[in-house]
Amino acid sequence: MNNSFSVIDNNQSKEKIERTANIIFAICAFFAVFAVFSISVYMIISGIPALYEVGIKEILFGTLWQPNAEVPSYGILYVILTSVVGTLMAVLISVPIGVGTAIFLAYAAPKPLVSIVKPAIELLAAIPSVIYGLIGIIILNPLMYKIELILFADTPDHQYTGGSNLLSAVIVLAVMILPTVINISESALKSVPEKFADASLALGATRIQTIFKVILPSAKSGIVTAIVLGVGRAVGEAMAITMVAGNNANLPLPFNSVRFLTTAVVAEMSYATDTHKRVLYTIGLILFAFIMIINLILNKVMKKGLKSGTKNSL
Amino acid sequence: MKKFLKNFLFSTMIITTFCVTVSCSGRQNKNVNNSMTDNNEHEKTIKEDNLSGHLTMAGSTSMEKLANIMAEAFMEKYPNVTVSTEFIGSSAGIEQVIAGTVDIGNASRNLKESEKEAGAVENIVAIDGIAIIVDKENTVNDLTKDQIIGIFTGKIKNWSELGGKDQPIVVIGRESGSGTRGAFEEILGIEDQCKYANEINSTGGVMAKVVTTPGAIGYVSIDILDDTVNAVKIEGIDATADNIAKGKYILSRPFVMATAGEISKQNEIVRTFFEFLTSEEGKRLIESIGLIPAE
Repeated sequence: MNNSFSVIDNNQSKEKIERTANIIFAICAFFAVFAVFSISVYMIISGIPALYEVGIKEILFGTLWQPNAEVPSYGILYVILTSVVGTLMAVLISVPIGVGTAIFLAYAAPKPLVSIVKPAIELLAAIPSVIYGLIGIIILNPLMYKIELILFADTPDHQYTGGSNLLSAVIVLAVMILPTVINISESALKSVPEKFADASLALGATRIQTIFKVILPSAKSGIVTAIVLGVGRAVGEAMAITMVAGNNANLPLPFNSVRFLTTAVVAEMSYATDTHKRVLYTIGLILFAFIMIINLILNKVMKKGLKSGTKNSL
Repeated sequence: MKKFLKNFLFSTMIITTFCVTVSCSGRQNKNVNNSMTDNNEHEKTIKEDNLSGHLTMAGSTSMEKLANIMAEAFMEKYPNVTVSTEFIGSSAGIEQVIAGTVDIGNASRNLKESEKEAGAVENIVAIDGIAIIVDKENTVNDLTKDQIIGIFTGKIKNWSELGGKDQPIVVIGRESGSGTRGAFEEILGIEDQCKYANEINSTGGVMAKVVTTPGAIGYVSIDILDDTVNAVKIEGIDATADNIAKGKYILSRPFVMATAGEISKQNEIVRTFFEFLTSEEGKRLIESIGLIPAE
């Protein structure tokens, strides 16, 4: 022990540890970058050929998906539309509920109730998507089928889907993105300075007026972030909706069996060959582009949020 | 730059999720491979070294499982032989065997007269059967070929048209590219005319959907049938291995490994390969992937 008690030595070994740690962390950071970079390059390299082979217009604007027909056609317009419409509908359902819950948690709920609701929401976020899918098959689909039987009793031309339709998928997605929306909106609402609410209440506004006219506008950018993150999760979800959506490339109407971008890839990858396989990669690339765009929007929103946040605290 | 990376990170998370699900859906194939290697382990003890050379085969995509399992087991047994398999479609495979560019042409159908005249010999190695299934509550238990065509092309929409209950028919099918779907549509002559309400990417998925949906109809390989569903008779014939072997049940098709000229006139490797196919071991492999060995 006595030997090692030297100021210089100690410093040197500290220096060494510092440097090694630095290198290790740099390698860790580089690993993630490398993964992302290689995935991007791979998606672009494998997704582009089919665009030339089949034609951009045929793929993006064709409505017929028959990859193994005598004259194959690879139109994924309905698939793209389904992803867009399905995600929007899920967000439309999820955001009002989610923001409402967030307001309740942040301003209205009595403490004991918060201690029940909060863990429930966290648990909801932790449930694996395959469980959502299973519950969708067991409970949602039969229920949807009953509704379908009543609604279309007088429409002989309707193709019965057995409850595997857009609406089922939307409901599953809406529940899945709910925790994201609630958690982020709640922290946005909580970060609004207390003096805002105090000032508003002191001026004679009611609690409801304060929430809707003062707090919500101040937390706007945080709520938009919540929505965009929810959209991101919904667009990328595959497992749960494969199980409930029916997987037929149809126009996205509520009671049609539909196919999302993610499920199109998942469903056919294992047997696809040649052009069919390359088109599936192209679908992956389109999905990739979608998610990139969502992230760019998210970044813009967050940047804006940061600015308005500093303005608020001044 | 930082933000750019952050974007990327988030995207990766999402992409990974769907990559994982893709690999999950491929699991079925992997299981087959596993059981195959198990068999191979068992056979390592009786490797034979005296045979060496190449064996090439090309043809039907539906026979991919059969061709690959046989090729790998054969190469395991005869380590000096390499077997290459290509999946280019039945007709293209037969063309190649006639042209002499491959040793064996795989076809998931009987050979046409024109192909036989050109010198191809039909060696049926296995038979594949497809059962039509409906849910347990369904009272319809016998359909004609035309009725099945009507149901799957969307012309017949209600079970009452077929003497059953007044409930809509929910048509369940497999995804495009599936061998079962290809065979089903090909045998009935309704390629690309089927109007599926659901396309499900596994045999088990089709079973599950039919079990839980009143009025559903679907098709699966006969080897996975169990008592959770009813298998419909076709023209009064039950979907059993026995009826398929006798050629009575129409939803079956032969898996043909065609050669140019009789097997006895082929080179030693090809002859040994066919011996292997018809051996007990070969039959066991054929059964392991849900096919019926040809007599």
